[in-house]
Amino acid sequence: MSLTKTEKAIIMSIWDKMSVQADAIGTETLERLFSSYLQTKTYFPHFDLHPGSPQLRAHGSKVVAALGDAVKNLDNMEVALTRLSELHAYILRVDPVNFKLLSHCLLVTLAAHFPADFTADVHAAWDKFMSIVSSILTEKYR
Amino acid sequence: MVHFSSEEKSVINGLWGKVNVEETGGETLGRLLVVYPWTQRFFDSFGNLSSPSAIMGNPKVKAHGKKVLTAFGEAIKNLDNLKVTFAKLSELHCDKLHVDPENFRLLGNVLVIVLATHFGKEFTPDVQAAWQKLVSGVAIALAHKYH
Repeated sequence: MSLTKTEKAIIMSIWDKMSVQADAIGTETLERLFSSYLQTKTYFPHFDLHPGSPQLRAHGSKVVAALGDAVKNLDNMEVALTRLSELHAYILRVDPVNFKLLSHCLLVTLAAHFPADFTADVHAAWDKFMSIVSSILTEKYR
Repeated sequence: MVHFSSEEKSVINGLWGKVNVEETGGETLGRLLVVYPWTQRFFDSFGNLSSPSAIMGNPKVKAHGKKVLTAFGEAIKNLDNLKVTFAKLSELHCDKLHVDPENFRLLGNVLVIVLATHFGKEFTPDVQAAWQKLVSGVAIALAHKYH
């Protein structure tokens, strides 16, 4: 799977809108993840996961910043995400099923914040983008 | 078996009361076919599915989406009894339609996203969580009679 020119343009355009509220979007994505998929909390026993927690906000911010790196390097995502790919494979070892859950929660957050912009083709492009990012992050798992 | 607290039931019913079943159904099925094009395999008879705008405007997609979401409405009236409510539809999807149950999960998640576009801030993490439970319960109920 690789992104078409049109899809890349869509992804960058939505990124421009969301980057203004990047931290809030990252935090909300994680809140949604931990509310809907309780099992995902098992990866964060060391965090205070209550809404409003500074750790949650910092981590949400980190996750969205990493996505921003991917967006700025759409022609070369594997290289841009090398460090994160190794981190997830050798240190974090988050089960691959969870990438779909996080991706879904990000899309829900985008849909809630940008309803007019989140049309069917935008939804498709971002779902594909998140799927590719997830593949890259699990590429070195075995 | 999925169990809904009275809080969750209240959240689900509260939102459902404001949903336009016809529009939301068409939008949901349309997005499924756009975002996951392989799902078009079940709809060869639907005519023009050649682009996102063709799909979203397709009258057969809209009509079928309405049918599907109306069935969801039945789920909401029977939250404590999903498996029995969907027994016949489960058999249909297995024996006649030959639909991989993974598609129920995909459709459920697309519905959640459509609700998020319609309700925005009101679609809080807690509201989403209740709806994720519902769509998951429906998917399980629809797969229950598979053999």
